[in-house]
This record gives sequence, structure tokens and C-alpha cells, in this order.
Amino acid sequence: MNFDFSDDQKMLKEQVRKFLADKCPMSVTRRVLEKEEPYAAEVWKGLVEMGLTGTAIPEEFGGLGLGALELCVIAEELGRAAAPVPFSSSIYLAAEALRLFGTKKQKETWLPKLASGEIIGTLAVSEGTHAAHPRNIAVKHAGGKINGVKQPVVDGGAASLAIVAVNTGGSGEQAVSLAIVDLKAGGVSAEPVRTLDPSRQHVTLTFKDAPAEILGDKTGEGWSQLSRVLDGAAVLFAFEQVGGTEAALEMARDYALERYAFGRQIGSYQAIKHKLADMYVKKELAKSNAYFGAMMLNDEGGELTEAAAASRIAGSDAYVFAAQENIQTHGGIGYTWESDCQFHYRRAKLLALAVGAPIQWKEKLVARLEAKNAA
Amino acid sequence: MDFNDTAEEAAYRKQVRAWLDKNATRKENAKDIAPPKDLKEMIAQSKAWQAKKADAGYACITWPKEWGGGGGTTINNVIYSQEESKYAVPGGIFAIGLGMCIPTVMSWGPDEAKQRFVKPAVRGDEIWCQLFSEPAGGSDVAGLRTKAEKDGDDWVINGQKVWTSGAHFCDYGILLTRTDPNVPKHKGLTMFWIDMKDPAVEVRPIKQMSGGAEFNEVFFTNLRVKDSQRLGKVGDGWKVALTTLMNERLAVGGSQGNADTDELISLARNTDIAGEPAIRHGGVRERIADWYVQAQGLKFTRFRTLTALSKGETPGPESSISKIVAAKKMQDLGSFGMDLQDMGGVIRDRKISPEEGAYTEQWIGAAGYRIAGGTDEILRNIVAERVLGLPQDIRVDKDLPFNQAPKGK
Repeated sequence: MNFDFSDDQKMLKEQVRKFLADKCPMSVTRRVLEKEEPYAAEVWKGLVEMGLTGTAIPEEFGGLGLGALELCVIAEELGRAAAPVPFSSSIYLAAEALRLFGTKKQKETWLPKLASGEIIGTLAVSEGTHAAHPRNIAVKHAGGKINGVKQPVVDGGAASLAIVAVNTGGSGEQAVSLAIVDLKAGGVSAEPVRTLDPSRQHVTLTFKDAPAEILGDKTGEGWSQLSRVLDGAAVLFAFEQVGGTEAALEMARDYALERYAFGRQIGSYQAIKHKLADMYVKKELAKSNAYFGAMMLNDEGGELTEAAAASRIAGSDAYVFAAQENIQTHGGIGYTWESDCQFHYRRAKLLALAVGAPIQWKEKLVARLEAKNAA
Repeated sequence: MDFNDTAEEAAYRKQVRAWLDKNATRKENAKDIAPPKDLKEMIAQSKAWQAKKADAGYACITWPKEWGGGGGTTINNVIYSQEESKYAVPGGIFAIGLGMCIPTVMSWGPDEAKQRFVKPAVRGDEIWCQLFSEPAGGSDVAGLRTKAEKDGDDWVINGQKVWTSGAHFCDYGILLTRTDPNVPKHKGLTMFWIDMKDPAVEVRPIKQMSGGAEFNEVFFTNLRVKDSQRLGKVGDGWKVALTTLMNERLAVGGSQGNADTDELISLARNTDIAGEPAIRHGGVRERIADWYVQAQGLKFTRFRTLTALSKGETPGPESSISKIVAAKKMQDLGSFGMDLQDMGGVIRDRKISPEEGAYTEQWIGAAGYRIAGGTDEILRNIVAERVLGLPQDIRVDKDLPFNQAPKGK
């Protein structure tokens, strides 16, 4: 039984943790949020210089050629810091979509730039407040150009590249393709969107005859490609959620130790102790599920979809619960603008929605379990 | 990252399988084997199996060979348990004695006691029970009242214990008593081993809510024990009891044998809500997803613990979540399984119920499981205090002499 990360992977995790503790304290997240910066440029630069953006990109395309497990340990630390950087958009989503499904030429064109941090990429799926579904993909691709609106698109303002879910005609899932769009090539406008977590910038992207190239070499495969990209991202986001849960739990624990009420530390009351114990329980369930997700992702295992769904459901539950109860443990001070509690509260919900809400993933999971049970 | 054995682990597993194949029947081939017809036969079968294991070095695998153990590692023990769980073998009645009582005797007993008791216990010739809980001391074990008074070279014991598993067939027990009521409660306790067959010991079964009777009340009326039966110093009983509780075996075994999500999916495919298969209902689907994620979380938490053991490391505190999650899940899933059977969910008659009343039994049993071996609340306290470092609860009786501390009836 070797259900753990290697010593090298743990060392990488420690390096990322130290860097972020030093360069990306909560004051940085606060600054990005208050000043409405697209992202923390100096933190991003540091991550790029450490080579982290190239982690899972093959060497022939300018990366380090490591695997999903390395990305998982990085993700956990980005989550712990609630880092205001476009790492997830550029790497878990855009780079992974290209690595998995791009043609050799597409990879040669884009992956080295994403690996070196020369450009930022993102994935544009949502077209408003409807769940991702073939029926809800209206951005139209025809004659090498796309038209329509995607929103919200995280990091869409800073990105030079978007992988866009588009309708290429036909019915059902076959109508969907993924398209590579150079956001600097004209026909694209980006308008910031007000969201619950301004430490991660979201925009509305409007395409008017924007040049777009189909990812891979044929149309109609976008839905299954998207599904696989989201499975991988769900695992990576689950590690961010585990890191975030741990940070929120530590905040709550520290406050419960220093705050006195009725002549006692509030952490000596069972109402608080049991709340914090519940956070710990949820965190461990999330972590254990995420580990299996990591293993399936790294091995491209047959249970990737189930493992990704379980990671996402447990991770979302743990982080949202911990962030909510962290504020509750703090009492009134936790609800103020000056408190750092808000950053976990915002980020927890953002991450729980980012690659699909838990209820959508529960449906995806049970559909698989039901089919297995019937077989 | 993988689930594979190391080379040594694989070799050990192979050796264990070969031995089990030769000496036991796999569960899938054991359907026609009749269960023991009474307690006496069950005990005889259990003892025979334990002796066989001891001869082969599979009883108390981690204990030194000179004490009758197997001289193996913790991971050897885990591998053996994993493999044995696939076979229809008698089990269970030695768990408390070998998991808790004998380790306490080994840590605190005088040499004569160790020489006398350890080997027969390992072989299953003698069975032990643990006598800690009392009507007035459940979660708060140190609140116990059973009295031991010095009389010459002997001690005279009077009082009552409760929830003693197996007391009705055990040969010996370790007994925690109060020897000094004039000092604060943790300081006035002393531990002894006792002969359960002494006429001054009376065992009465407790009929549980489920209808079963796995536990007992045990009464002591002027039970005389020798000072040489003392384990640890007079007044050190709490320290000795902590050794016992620390030795509770790592919960790394298999499942509880209860219905889980796969069974629930089958049930939901064969029952209906408003004339449609229940499995199509969103409320049903969401619950299945939640329980599946919990079950997977528990399974992979266990794998993380096993990994630490496999590497020869001390496991982290993550295994402390297991029972908190498993007991409540068992209760909720049982309850929901009955809901899916609608009005028929009340049926407990195995002959009528297509599910053989499994969900009903599970739900009834879960009420006890949430309490046994540490209540949900005590386990949360343990996580909060030992894992998260939060302060202990305020204990108003902590510094008071036991006989002056506030008490209920």
C-alpha cells in the first residue's frame, strides 16, 4: 500500500507553501480584491519563475513533463493561500485541454507560451445562469469564426487564449466543439463582471466574428473533451479546497484559543469544539477522496469520473462548511471588512461553483453508479 | 501512488493465504456450513481456531514470540486480518482480552501474573473481559464508584459494573476500582485482575433495545482479591486504564457488514415514489451521492493509515474520524432504506421483508453503535482536544475529593 505522495512531491509542496506564505499573505488577496486588480502580478511572476506553470506540460512543449500528482500538491498550497492568481485557468483548464486534445501543431503553438507564463489561458463554457449542458451552448462557430457571449469567464480579461465551448451544428452532444481563440486577434471584447469573489477577476467575453480554430482535428467531440477536462480540474480544485479548508480551520482554531467569553476560552465550549471537530472530519473525508482522485487522474484510471465527482462533492462540502463556520466562530468581527474571514468565505463558494456545482456532479456520479449497479 | 503490496508484504500475504486455504473455508464456499447451535459450541469453535492460529504464529502477530505471539509487524497483522476476513472463521471473543486486557497485564502486572496469563490468553484457553463502565460512569469513566477496601493482605470489593461484553463466558477480567474516595476522582483509582468464576461475582445479561443480549451487568459482593492481583500502584488506576484504552486496536478492519450505497441503489431501483422508480427521484439520488462520498472517504482514509503503517511510520490522527462518520451514516442509511419501502418499511420479519429486515436491523443497531466505545460527542471532544489542541472542558469536580463532588442519583 503506497497511497501517499512521494518525498519529492512533498518537497515541492513545501517549497510552494513557503513561497506563498512569504509572498502571498492574505494582505495580497485583500489588495487584489480591493483594487480590482486582474491578479497579483508579482505572485504570478514568482510562480512562473519557479517553473510551476510548466509542471505537467510535456518537455517537448516547453514544460517539465511531470504528472498530475505534482499539480495536486501545488493546488493544495494555492488553495491554502487563497492565492489571487490565474493558475487554475491557465494550467488546469487551458493547458490541460490542449495537452489532452490538441493537435501537435496546436500544442506547439500554445503550450510553450503557457508553460513559460508568457501568456495566460482560460476556459469559457458558461453563458449565464444555466448549468453547462449541450443545450446551453449557443456561441456559434461557422466558417472559422465565432459569435456570441460567454459569461462569467474567470481570468478572461488577463488571458490571451481561451478554449471556448461552441456550437458547431448538429444535435445533442455532437453539436458541441471546443475552439481555440486568440483573444488578442480581434473580434473579442471583455467587460468585467461583478462577482462574489473579486480576488479572482471574471469578465463577459463577447465574440464578433472572432477567428477560432477547432481543438483537435474534428468537430462534435467537444462535450466529451470538456467532460474529461472538467474531471481533471475537479480533482485539482479539490486539492485547492482541501488547502482552503485547512486554512479556514486553523483560523477558527486560533481564534477559539485566543478569544474569551464568560471567563473562558471560547474553544473550551463544546458548541465550538464540536463545530471545529466537524470541520476536521469533513476535511479528512475531502482529502482522502482527493487522494484517490489524484491517483486516478495520474494513471488515467477507469474510475476517474467517479473519483473526480467524489473529490469535488467532498471538497466543496468541506471548504464551504469550514468557511461559513469560521465566520460563525469569530462572531461579529468575522463579518467585518477588515477581517480575513471573508476571503475564505468568498473563495470557498467560488471554488464550489467554478467547474460545476456539487448537485450537477452528484447527478453525474449517481448516473455512473446506477449504470454499474444495473450491469 | 498505488495500492500494491511491497515485495515483503506480498510474500507474507501469499503465505497467509496458503495457510488459510489449508485451514479454513472461504466465505463464498461456506454457505452450507451451519452456524454454531449454542454459545458453548461457539466458544469451543473459537478456542480451537485461536489455538490453531497461535501454533502457526497468527495469533497476536505483533507480540514477541516468547510470549506466544508471532513476532511480526503491524502491517503483517493488517494483512492477516484482511485475508482472514474472506474466510468463514469464528471470531471476536478474544478481541477485548488480547486487544486491551492482556496488554495491560503485560505493562503493569507482576512477573508471576505475566507468566501465568499471557500465553493461555494468546492460545484462547482463557478469555478476558474489561470491567470499567458503571451506571454512574459511562463517558466519565473516572466517576466510577465500585469500592475496593484493604483488609489485611487482601482487598474487599463491592459495587457494580455495566456494559461488560462477554462477562458471561469470560474466565478473568481487569477491574478498575475506587480505593480512596477522599482524593480527587482520577487519583483514587486502582486496577486489579479478578477471577470471573468467583462466587462473589454475579453476571446478569442486559437485554438491549434490539432484543439481543451481548452485554452484562456485573455485581461484586465482598469479592476478596489478593494484593498480588493489583496491576500498577495503589492510586495509579487511571494511568493503568489509559494503557488499556490506548491499546484499542486500530480500526483498520473490513466493513461492518451493513447495507451501503450499492445495496441502496438496488433497493431504489426496485421501489418507487409516485409510481416512478425511486432511483429517478432527485432526493434519492442526492442521498446516494452523499453516502457514497462518505464511504469512499472512510475507505481511503483507512488506506492512508495503512500506508503509514506499511512505511513503518506512526499513522496521523485522521483515523479518529472513522466512527464519527460511520455510525451516523449507518443510522441514516438504515432509516432511509426503510423510507424507500414506505409503509412496509416497518416490517422486521425476515421471512416477509424482501430485504430481510436489514435496514430495520441496521437502524436499530446504529443507535447502540453511536454510543459504544465512545459516543459521537466524546469522539468529537477527542478530535477537538487531541488533534486540534483545544482546551479540555471545564471540570467542576476535578480538584474536589471524590466524596465531595456533585453527583446525581
